[in-house]
Amino acid sequence: MLADKDRIFTNLYGFQDWGLKAAQSRGDWDNTKDLIAKSQDDIIEVVKASGLRGRGGAGFPTGMKWSFMPKESKDGRPSFLVINADESEPGSCKDREIIRHDPHKLIEGALVAGYAMRARAAYIYIRGEYIREAETLQAAIDEAYEAGYIGKNACGSGYDFDVFMHRGAGAYICGEETAMIESLEGKKGQPRLKPPFPAGAGLYGCPTTVNNVESIAVVPTILRRGAEWFSSFGREGNKGTKLFQISGHIEKPCVVEEAMSIPFRELIEKHAGGIRGGWDNLLAVIPGGSSVPLVPAAEIMDAPMDFDGLKELGSGLGTAAVIVMDKSTDIVRAIARLSYFYKHESCGQCTPCREGTGWMWRVMERLREGESSSAEIDMLYEVTKQVEGHTICALGDAAAWPIQGLLKHFRPELERRIAERDGVASAAMREAAE
Amino acid sequence: MADRHLATDTPELRERWGAFAFTSDNKAKADYHIAKYPEGRQKSAVMPLLDLAQRQVGAETDTQGWLPLPVMEYVAKYLDMPVIRVVEVATFYFMYNLVPVGKFHVQVCGTTPCMLRGSDDIISACKSRGMEKGKVSEDGFWTLTEVECMGNCATAPMVQINDDNYEDLTPERLNAVLDALAAGESPKTGTQEPGRKTSEPAGGPSTLKEMVDANHDYRSEW
Repeated sequence: MLADKDRIFTNLYGFQDWGLKAAQSRGDWDNTKDLIAKSQDDIIEVVKASGLRGRGGAGFPTGMKWSFMPKESKDGRPSFLVINADESEPGSCKDREIIRHDPHKLIEGALVAGYAMRARAAYIYIRGEYIREAETLQAAIDEAYEAGYIGKNACGSGYDFDVFMHRGAGAYICGEETAMIESLEGKKGQPRLKPPFPAGAGLYGCPTTVNNVESIAVVPTILRRGAEWFSSFGREGNKGTKLFQISGHIEKPCVVEEAMSIPFRELIEKHAGGIRGGWDNLLAVIPGGSSVPLVPAAEIMDAPMDFDGLKELGSGLGTAAVIVMDKSTDIVRAIARLSYFYKHESCGQCTPCREGTGWMWRVMERLREGESSSAEIDMLYEVTKQVEGHTICALGDAAAWPIQGLLKHFRPELERRIAERDGVASAAMREAAE
Repeated sequence: MADRHLATDTPELRERWGAFAFTSDNKAKADYHIAKYPEGRQKSAVMPLLDLAQRQVGAETDTQGWLPLPVMEYVAKYLDMPVIRVVEVATFYFMYNLVPVGKFHVQVCGTTPCMLRGSDDIISACKSRGMEKGKVSEDGFWTLTEVECMGNCATAPMVQINDDNYEDLTPERLNAVLDALAAGESPKTGTQEPGRKTSEPAGGPSTLKEMVDANHDYRSEW
């Protein structure tokens, strides 16, 4: 188990005050000037060496992402850092804890990351439903300005850097980076075609990098403790510590920071009090938020919880939002509810997603009751394949994958429901005929 | 896509809201938001301004507010942008109410993580108190909405009522919260599980135990 001294988010549960003074006595804003006395490239090298991969779901190497930003502005356009705090992936509830209990880690990270990518300002896009969390974040930003840590001559470094908060208003799709940029510009959050990539033309047409809250908030600690420290946790290619969010049918749902690659069983036993009804009662797990396919009990029990380990199981680490389902779960309904979610959240821009998400949800609802046929299951699979990869952003894929996971692992259950309903129907017909 | 429609534009609506303008307080807030964005990019502030407008409508009607078309027109004018662009934003984002809601907007999360922990019972408990999805109750108090994942999955099931979350619910705990609200009280927000602080494992954290009683500084152990 990760030692407490190696946890980055020591006030994760908010037992202590989030304010500046308390944060400083935990180690935040400790001579930040020194951190940004390094050259931009040196900081990026440390982040690269640490092995940090983006914590928002896709797992792209953070240092490499920063290195795509222009080193100088040839035409006078400023660069921007956009921090993705639009946490809306079902199962995910980690950024909320950072924002409401350790906001200064995020703001300090914004300054350091913003400096490293030569950004003029950071916009923190926080989901609209995080109302109290936004109040805390804004108050923390105000504290940091007041103390001279951000703004003109941030931390006395001679570097000017602003941090602004922008509240969303209830659209999951704005967690997609180009939709977030559209939304920041005051428009509907409909994703943009890439290229151009945001690092070339993002917010207001300026070079922009979009990073998840957790990716940014861990950076000051990585710089203070060194790349070797961070990369001492986790398997090759899956380094560092990670906030896991464990929900569903365990004894004690919780959010916890652990080393990457921790085996599933250990994660659940040590922190979540075990599976409700014991390990024999485990049915399946969605290991990375609603967008990744489910994994049946037998396959996940001893799997390492990291990007590559879960990819090998045909799923993914995503945001490390672990949704646990025991044998009392109506697995078809659990996935059908996610289909409804994607139908509700499709932005409507691309036809395969706009029409497909509603179509898939309606079929899933009928499959719940077995009101279908074996041929229709095949057709559903075909349709998921026609949505996947045929849309501007990954929402279409995200809507397709949970269904594909269900069909792959639980097709017998679907067939059973169809047979059961057919049996009931033919019995009723026989009765009527008699 | 979510099914969303504007309220009908009627002479009565125009008469009631045609003269809408920000209070001086809200005007100051609106200008604070506009100043966050580069010059000429004031329409970036359309989201915070719609939120302010909705809250002002709420304050004037003793509800959680909504966005009548004349109010959207006011925001469009304030930001010097076409009305249709404001309407697009208002209809796209789910938190802008396009029809009136009650004094308490009861938003129950029904997505899978909450569903697994019993959100069906929470929705039934709301309905058995006479709430109906998308409708304002006769006394003007309650509007029920089933919302998508609110990011409280480790303290599920949950409900957001106005600006606050109530988590780790059972029907009994929900009823206690609703009774308190109806009586004009301010029930405890956050988790309703006795002894739980936030998202640590119930019964006490499995990690960072020193943090419970003191603001422990771990740096000396690095």
